[in-house]
Amino acid sequence: MKNLTTTLAALVIMSASSVFADGHKVKVGMITTLSGGGSGLGIDVRDGFMLAVKDNKNISVITKDDQRKPDIAVQLADKMIQSDKVDVLTGIIWSNLAMAVVPATVNQGKFYLSPNAGPSKLAGKGCHKNYFNVAWQNDNLHEAAGGYANSAGFKNSFILAPNYPAGKDALTGYKRFFKGKLAGEVYTKLGQKDYAAEIAQIRASGADSVFFFLPGGMGIGFMKQFSQSGIKLPVVGPAFSFDQGILKAVGDAALGVKNTSQWSKDINNAANKKFVSEFQKEYGRLPSLYASQGYDTGKLLISAMSKAKIKDMDKFRNELRKADFSSTRGKFSFDKNHHPIQDIYVREVIKEGKTLTNKIVSVGLKDHSNVYVSECNM
Amino acid sequence: MTFILFFEQLLNGMQFGIMLFLMSAGLTLIFGVMGLINLAHGSFYMIGAFCAALIAGLTGSFWLALLASLIGAAIAGVLIEIIIIRRLYRRDHLDQVLATFALILLLSEGVRWIFGAFPLYLNIPNILNGSIPLFFDIIYSKYRLFIILIGFLIAAGLYLLITKTRLGIRIRAGQNDRQMISALGVDISKLYTIVFAIGAGLAGLAGAMIGAIQSVEVGMGEPILILAFVVIVIGGIGSIKGAFIGSILVGVTDTIGRVFLPNFLKIFMESANATSIGSSIGSMLIYILMALILIMKPSGLFGKN
Repeated sequence: MKNLTTTLAALVIMSASSVFADGHKVKVGMITTLSGGGSGLGIDVRDGFMLAVKDNKNISVITKDDQRKPDIAVQLADKMIQSDKVDVLTGIIWSNLAMAVVPATVNQGKFYLSPNAGPSKLAGKGCHKNYFNVAWQNDNLHEAAGGYANSAGFKNSFILAPNYPAGKDALTGYKRFFKGKLAGEVYTKLGQKDYAAEIAQIRASGADSVFFFLPGGMGIGFMKQFSQSGIKLPVVGPAFSFDQGILKAVGDAALGVKNTSQWSKDINNAANKKFVSEFQKEYGRLPSLYASQGYDTGKLLISAMSKAKIKDMDKFRNELRKADFSSTRGKFSFDKNHHPIQDIYVREVIKEGKTLTNKIVSVGLKDHSNVYVSECNM
Repeated sequence: MTFILFFEQLLNGMQFGIMLFLMSAGLTLIFGVMGLINLAHGSFYMIGAFCAALIAGLTGSFWLALLASLIGAAIAGVLIEIIIIRRLYRRDHLDQVLATFALILLLSEGVRWIFGAFPLYLNIPNILNGSIPLFFDIIYSKYRLFIILIGFLIAAGLYLLITKTRLGIRIRAGQNDRQMISALGVDISKLYTIVFAIGAGLAGLAGAMIGAIQSVEVGMGEPILILAFVVIVIGGIGSIKGAFIGSILVGVTDTIGRVFLPNFLKIFMESANATSIGSSIGSMLIYILMALILIMKPSGLFGKN
C-alpha cells in the first residue's frame, strides 16, 4: 500500500512537472555571424550560449547565419518570428545589423536579448521594454580605455575606428573620458584589412599614444602592420581588438598591450571558473569575451524561465530585469534602460606558456552604467 | 600635409595596386581567353593564403610557404577547371555566374571545415621585418617594398610570356579567334587549363603575400574580388596592360582619396563631420573613377572595340 501511494505520488509529481514544463518551453532564434570575416565572433557567442542552455530541455534554439549583412539579418528575423514562431531573438554581433533587426523585433512583441551589439540609439531614445543588452552599451569599454589613457599619462592620442554605428560610439566613448588632445581621428571602412595609409598618418601626426577599436580580423591586420612599421607608441584599445580568438593570429606584436574588458578569463568567481573549464572541455579552446557574453545571455534566459512563463510577458520581463543569475563577470545588474551596470577592467596581454592571453591589471571603472539612461523613457 | 606623408601614401597606393594586379591579371586573362566570368577567383586567393599558412606552420619557412601558395592554388585551379569550369565555356554568362558563385560557397565551407573559422597565423620572415629609410627621411616597410618588387617582376614576366613565347602567341590567338586556333591543331582545352592555372596561381600568391600582413581567414578573397572586377572594367577586359594600369590607378586613388579627402573637407566643415563624410566619399571614389572612365571609354582604357 505504501508502495502504491509513493508510486502514485511520484506519477502525480511527474505529470505535474511535465505540464509545468510545457508552459515553460521557450523557442530561441539565434541570428549571428557564422561565415565571412567576422565569423569568429558569432561562433563564440553561439558556442557560449549553447553551453549555457545545453542541459535545459525547455529551450530549443534555431541558429542562422547573417553573413554580417543587414538585409539577410532582417529576412531571417522575419522568418523566425512569423513562421518559426520564436519567443526570443538573440545573437547579433554587429551594431548596424542590430539597428536593422531589433526595433522591428521588439515592436512585434518578442524579446530581444543582445549578447554583443549595444548601439547608443537603442540605449537612449530608441530603448524598448522588450530589449535587453547582456554585454555592454557600445561606449563602455572605450570609456574605460579613455580613463586608462589619462592614468597612463597620455596627452595626445591618435584614435581610429570603423565607419559604422559601433565605431562612432567607440570614439565618442573614448573622447568622453580622455582628457588630453587628439592628434588625429580617423574612420576606416568596415572590414578593412590594410592600414598602411592610417599608419602613415599616425607616424606623421606626432601622437604620444594610439587608441583603436577594430574588432575581429580588422584588428589582426592593424596590430601586425603597426608593429612592422617601427612606430614605438603605446597602444590601448577595447578587448575586441585583443580577444582570445585573434591573439594567436596577431602574435607577439600584442604582448604587453593594455585593453579594457568587462570580462576576463581570470575573474575570480565560481561561475566564471565553471564557465572557463566547461568551455575548454566542450570546445577545446579558451573562451573569449564574446563566448562569456553568449553564456551569460543563456543563463539570464534560464533565470527568468525558472520564475515565469514566457507567455506572461510582463512577469517574464520583470524577471529578466532582476538579472537573478550568477554572471561570469561577478556583480551584474540592469540599469533603467536595460543595459548592464558592471565593472570594466584593464587587462594586459601576457604569455601563459606558449599561449597568448589576457590578465587583469586593475579595475578601470567600477559599477559603470552608460550616459544614455536619462534619454530613455521607459 | 607634408611631402613625406604624401609620398608614403603614394607607395601604399602602389602596393595596394600591385596586389590588385596579381588578382586582376588572372581574372582578365580568364575572361579574355575563355569568355568566362569567374566569381570564384577570390577563392584561389584564399586557398593560396591557407596553403601558405599550412606550409609555414609545418616547415617554418616563409619562402616555401610562398611557393606552396603559388603551386597549391594552381593545382586547385587545374582540378576545378577540369571538373567544373570546363563545362561552363559554352553556357551563357548567367550560368557561369551562378556556378562560380556556388563554387565560392563550396570552397569557403570546405576551407572552414578543414581549418576552422578562426583566423590563422602567417608571419613574415625576419629579413623583411621592420622598415628601412628611403631618401628624404621616408621610412617604409620592407615587406611592402618587397610586395611592390615582386609585383613588378611578375608584370614583366607576364609581358614577356604574352609577347615573346609560343604559349603567349596561343593565348593571344585564343582571345581573337577560338575556332580558328583549334582548327590549326592547338589543343584548346589544354590551353584553357594552363591559363586558368596561371590565373589561380597568381591569385594564390597574392593571398599568401597579403595574408602575412593581414589575416588568413575564410572569405578573405571576396572583398578583393570586387575591386579586381573594378580594375578589369577600368583597364579593359582581356588586357594585361589594362589590368596593370587599372590596378595602380585604383590602388592610388583609393589610398590617396581615403587619406586626403577628410583633411581636405576639414577646410570647409567641422572636424568630426569632415572625418565621417570624407571617409564615406573616400570609399566611393574608385567607383566614381570607374563611372567616369566608362563614360569616356565604354570598353575601358585598353579594351577592344
